[in-house]
Amino acid sequence: MSDIGATLPQGRPARIRLDNDALVKRGLMIVIAAYLFAALALPLYAMLSKSFTTYSFDLTRYEFQVSDESGTNWSEPVTAKALNDKLSAVPPADLDTISDGRLPATSFFPDFSFRSPVKYRIRGTVENAPYLVGLDPFNSIEWKEVDSNTFRRVMLRPVQSRSLANYKTYFSTPSLFLSIENSFFIASVSTAITILLAFGFAYAINRSCMPFKPALRLIAMMPILVPSLLPGIALVYMFGNQGYMKELLLGESIYGPLGIVIGSVFFTFPHALIIISTALSISDQRHYEAAESLRASKWRTFWTVTIPGARYGLISAAFVVFTLVITDFGLPKVIGGQYNVLAVDIYKQVIGQQNFEMGAVVSVVLLIPAIIAFIVDRIVQKKQVALLSARSVPYEARPNRRFDMACLGWCAVVAIFILGIIGTCQFAALIKFWPYDLSLSLKNYDFDRMDGGGWEAYRNSIQLALLTAAIGTAIIFTGAYMVEKIDGFRTARGLFQFLAMLPMAVPGLVLGLAYIFFFNNPANPLNFIYGTMTILVVSAVTHFYTVGHLTALTALKQIDKEFEPVAASLRTPFHRLFARVTVPVCLPAILDISIYMFVNAMTTVSAVVFLYSTHTALASVAVLNMDDAGDIAPAAAMGMMIFYTNAAARIVHAILSRGVLSRTQAWRFR
Amino acid sequence: MTRKLTLIAGVFAAALNSSVAFAATELTVYTAVEAEDLKRYAEMFNKDHPDITINWVRDSTGVVTAKLLAEKNNPQADVVWGLAATSLLLLKTEGMLEPYAPAGVDKLDSKFVDKSNPPAWVGMDAWVASVCVNTVEAEKLGLPMPASWKDLTKEVYKGHVVMPNPASSGTGFLDVSSWLQMFGKDEGWKFMDALHENIAAYTHSGSKPCKMAAAGEIPIGVSFAFRGAKSKADGAPIEIIVPSEGVGWDMEATAIVAGTSKLEAAKTLVDWSITKTANEMYNTGYAVVAMPGVAKPVKFFPENLTEKMIDNDFEFAANNRAAILEEWAKRYDSKSEPKG
Amino acid sequence: MSTSTARGRRTAKPKAQKPAGSSEPYLRITGLWKAFGEFLALKDISLDVNQGEFICFLGPSGCGKTTLLRAIAGLDPQTRGTISQGGKDISELPASGRDYGIVFQSYALFPNLTIERNIAFGLENAGRPRAEINARVKELLDLVGLPDQAKKYPAQLSGGQQQRVALARAIAVSPGLLLLDEPLSALDAKVRVFLRHEIKELQRKLGVTTIMVTHDQEEALSMADRIVVMNHGVIEQVGTPTQVYRHPASLFVADFIGETNKIDTKVAAGKAKIGKAAITFKAEDAPKSGEVIAVIRPEDVIPHSAGPKRAKARGSRGANLIDVKIDSMEFLGSYWRAHLGGTSLAGVPMVANFSMNAVRRLGLEEGIDMTVELPAERVLVFAKAG
Repeated sequence: MSDIGATLPQGRPARIRLDNDALVKRGLMIVIAAYLFAALALPLYAMLSKSFTTYSFDLTRYEFQVSDESGTNWSEPVTAKALNDKLSAVPPADLDTISDGRLPATSFFPDFSFRSPVKYRIRGTVENAPYLVGLDPFNSIEWKEVDSNTFRRVMLRPVQSRSLANYKTYFSTPSLFLSIENSFFIASVSTAITILLAFGFAYAINRSCMPFKPALRLIAMMPILVPSLLPGIALVYMFGNQGYMKELLLGESIYGPLGIVIGSVFFTFPHALIIISTALSISDQRHYEAAESLRASKWRTFWTVTIPGARYGLISAAFVVFTLVITDFGLPKVIGGQYNVLAVDIYKQVIGQQNFEMGAVVSVVLLIPAIIAFIVDRIVQKKQVALLSARSVPYEARPNRRFDMACLGWCAVVAIFILGIIGTCQFAALIKFWPYDLSLSLKNYDFDRMDGGGWEAYRNSIQLALLTAAIGTAIIFTGAYMVEKIDGFRTARGLFQFLAMLPMAVPGLVLGLAYIFFFNNPANPLNFIYGTMTILVVSAVTHFYTVGHLTALTALKQIDKEFEPVAASLRTPFHRLFARVTVPVCLPAILDISIYMFVNAMTTVSAVVFLYSTHTALASVAVLNMDDAGDIAPAAAMGMMIFYTNAAARIVHAILSRGVLSRTQAWRFR
Repeated sequence: MTRKLTLIAGVFAAALNSSVAFAATELTVYTAVEAEDLKRYAEMFNKDHPDITINWVRDSTGVVTAKLLAEKNNPQADVVWGLAATSLLLLKTEGMLEPYAPAGVDKLDSKFVDKSNPPAWVGMDAWVASVCVNTVEAEKLGLPMPASWKDLTKEVYKGHVVMPNPASSGTGFLDVSSWLQMFGKDEGWKFMDALHENIAAYTHSGSKPCKMAAAGEIPIGVSFAFRGAKSKADGAPIEIIVPSEGVGWDMEATAIVAGTSKLEAAKTLVDWSITKTANEMYNTGYAVVAMPGVAKPVKFFPENLTEKMIDNDFEFAANNRAAILEEWAKRYDSKSEPKG
Repeated sequence: MSTSTARGRRTAKPKAQKPAGSSEPYLRITGLWKAFGEFLALKDISLDVNQGEFICFLGPSGCGKTTLLRAIAGLDPQTRGTISQGGKDISELPASGRDYGIVFQSYALFPNLTIERNIAFGLENAGRPRAEINARVKELLDLVGLPDQAKKYPAQLSGGQQQRVALARAIAVSPGLLLLDEPLSALDAKVRVFLRHEIKELQRKLGVTTIMVTHDQEEALSMADRIVVMNHGVIEQVGTPTQVYRHPASLFVADFIGETNKIDTKVAAGKAKIGKAAITFKAEDAPKSGEVIAVIRPEDVIPHSAGPKRAKARGSRGANLIDVKIDSMEFLGSYWRAHLGGTSLAGVPMVANFSMNAVRRLGLEEGIDMTVELPAERVLVFAKAG
């Protein structure tokens, strides 16, 4: 057609005037985007900038004068730099230090003797030149005169600057660097084992006719309900030096990589199972029929049909498990012994050595594998979804006694492992004094006598979980609605979507540390939330944002996209549509998001361990702290309290879902 | 929608404020005192001062110190009650403590009072290193009872000793600092090199080694006397050993955090913290307290403990803390293989 | 076809067909453009729609018909140009500020609300009293023939029933304009035919100005007062169903609506060469010479004579007779389709639809030689696109 040559005339595009709806929608989106910005982007930026903050002794800032023995005639002022250049007393590398570094002023006076009658003077050449005399801080350009006995107590303090020095230090400190290797080793081995076990389990659930499927599935999901460090505690009782099954280890120690791997398999198993099970459940019966008609052996069918069909699920599960393990901190903390991993390094740097800058550096290092895993997972998930939408005939298993029994055997082993861990914790919590007094007692539940915050911590946790579930669900669902159902505003929506996906790639510990840097800054107007329940809620909501967001998006995508135009044509404001149609239709998804937020807020340690305070000690952190203090049995008891609470929440959720379904989802059943 | 959001925000705010609404004065007190003692301390204090409520923030020495340092520019605490003097010295050098001479400070042993005038902190009690040995497990494993620090480096104890990590634990640091003071720098590190060969694990907290010994998990725990006595009282089969060379110690001390908005209440608390009543209260767990003549022997406490306390140089400890920890981390943190 | 002729036709024709007595058109679209990045989905569209008219936007997928509808609805604003409705400029009004009801292919019924609540959705917002709403809902349910379904949920109804509910919901608030976006495409053939009729009846009864988007020419021909044929973002022709069928303004329209024999040929001396025959034609603005495409619909190929009578009949009616051979025949229920060949056609493929009667009368069968007539007024000639 000749019209192809037609060109758009000059002029401005029609701009639809914004009605109330559009204003409210844009306003809401800006609010939620601002939330994500303040709760995620800015703290991460603060952390990144902290990792470049270095402390060093700036010798040009100090000047000295020395008197003769009479104490009245003074030498010309000379800077510490000049002295050091002459003497090479302090090598340049030693000038880089941490925020708490001290450098004795006597370093620059090789013939110093504290018995000499010689006197010394020190002053700053610029405004900021901190030093100590004894334990008293000084920072002045006035001369300070001291006798030689006091001069030995003069310490220079470092000043802050920006450089890559922290990273250089990190990569040149073998003990820190080794953690990268350790973390990757642990994560890889755990991933391999978890994926194998979960695949077998998922295969049995989806492809066999074994009995007890519902019970086995229920057991398999249990680890989600407990903090990741709980298996560590159970492993101490099972395989520790007083463990009731320690002979099974043949002299190997459970403290270290072995314990971390076993515990990691436990807590990542359900995550892997869900993903792989979904992947297996969508495969097409017709492929198997085709394979059978080609007389392919079962083994060949497995490798040519089953595995390729589930490959995206397997890859995705592998990356999810890998990320979970490499970013987990509770488990290696409890059972890792002296085996250093990245996540524990962050904790040690920050808590143990107060070296926040190095903590930030390790966080940045830990972010890298997490982000890579996240990107791979996203790509793979997209392909998986493409597979899902293809029309296929679901696979139906045919009974085969021998195969079914083998499947049952495999699943039973996993189930016994899971029940064993949880059962051991409960058992440990009730024993009076393992291993010397095995009588039953509730004394381990007397949390108020222990570290960690006592029963108040438990109540706080429930409060946190409820608030996280309520507020998180509201924010997440509304945000997802804005991304999915708003028209126009393209760039902003893209940015919003990116912000919503980002939390998945940020380990909880890193987020928590970033919060310290960002919120605990008096210049920050949001500073007032530091140390309150609010910051814990913000941290938990943000940390678990992505999964909720994806769940909401999936539910919203299933809703006809023409609802909004219809409502607009009926001149009905969007909030009416939202309240009367969108929310009721998405209620199952909304409930799912709530329970997900609740359970995770109950169990998370990493996202809150840097942020809890007086009023806001939490049960999950109490487990960690009680274990830290050696109160392992009470730690197990508190862990089990979390388990029962989450189990109860799950049951309530199930009842609620059913009730809600029958009431509001009547339309689903013809 | 907007109305709903306001409602949620309101509920949220109410939930957060409910716990801070009523008391007359609330003091946020950071402490490293054992959790099980905190309630008692607060109750005793409230008997005399019912109008002041204490909100405890309790964690291990390292954590509390880290927290305080992290909040340097924005302090959250009003008072520090029961933190290692070494840590308080560190805070003092950062200018974080409000100098204050509490009423009756002259009645205290001068060792327990900061040298500045007015003092930046005042001591409560001494907290002394000791070794907990599980007699049942030691017998099972055929371990002789150690009598000195040097004994612990013997081959026979390989993998049977646990001690706190000095980076995170105040007890761990006072051990390391005392060894360096007693044995000298070179000998001290040599000793630790040898001890390191026998260490099964470095724990985060100072009480955990003794609890591990009590539970038989690792038969020998380098910890502190107070913890050992408690575990023994709980029925654990342990013996508390005071190594013959001498033992490191630290004070638990009290200070006002500079910049507190509740200075009057804070002073009241610090005044009370050095009264006779308070010292008697400390004595239920600690054999050595700041006020001379108050201390009575504590049950299960090793008797020769006071004689064995070294002459601790707190300034050395504070000023060399960073360097010592860095050296320690360099030497022992790289230990990657777990030891059974 | 060139842009200038297209524009000329658009401005000329609608005016000519404006019903007597009405002054301004109800909906006026002027110089409308829509760009998606570099791609121009609508190019300079101008169109007038009269009060009470039933208009169909017809065209293949991607021709811009839905884009145009969404621009009218304010759902996807145009890049350039203006739209006015009832004399008011609505170009930049948001959807909620315009006056229309809309029905989508997907029905877009709210699944968790009953039929009556669906229909009442727009009414409830207007804040009318409950009794009035209930009465109106009942009236609408009767109107669309679903009086007993009030308490059911959408999923409990058939597709056709659901679409009727969607229609009732759209007209509940008595909009000035009814927009139908492929409303029948998701339904099966029988329901579709039935609903066509129902929608048309309803529209006539309510007198509401209606625009329907469809890619189904049968639907457009049977329902529309006027059809707007679109292709590649431009309007190819606007006209009554008979006009666009009988007098397609372009080769595209001829080809898109109905079946055609398209013959690539030349015009010389006012005659088009088809095979060995030279055919006269009456199209007024057709080119008089050069490369052309001649078009004739299969049903316009008249069976003239066959068998022994053929020679005798020949010449009796002048020109445009061609001797052909029936290569094959297909029985299509109400008529036969014949594929014609033979030396005269010289390889030009030609399809003809012969009625049952003609086949019986002339004794047509495969392999037989016959003569067909291509009536001059039915032969369309279009210049070949450059």
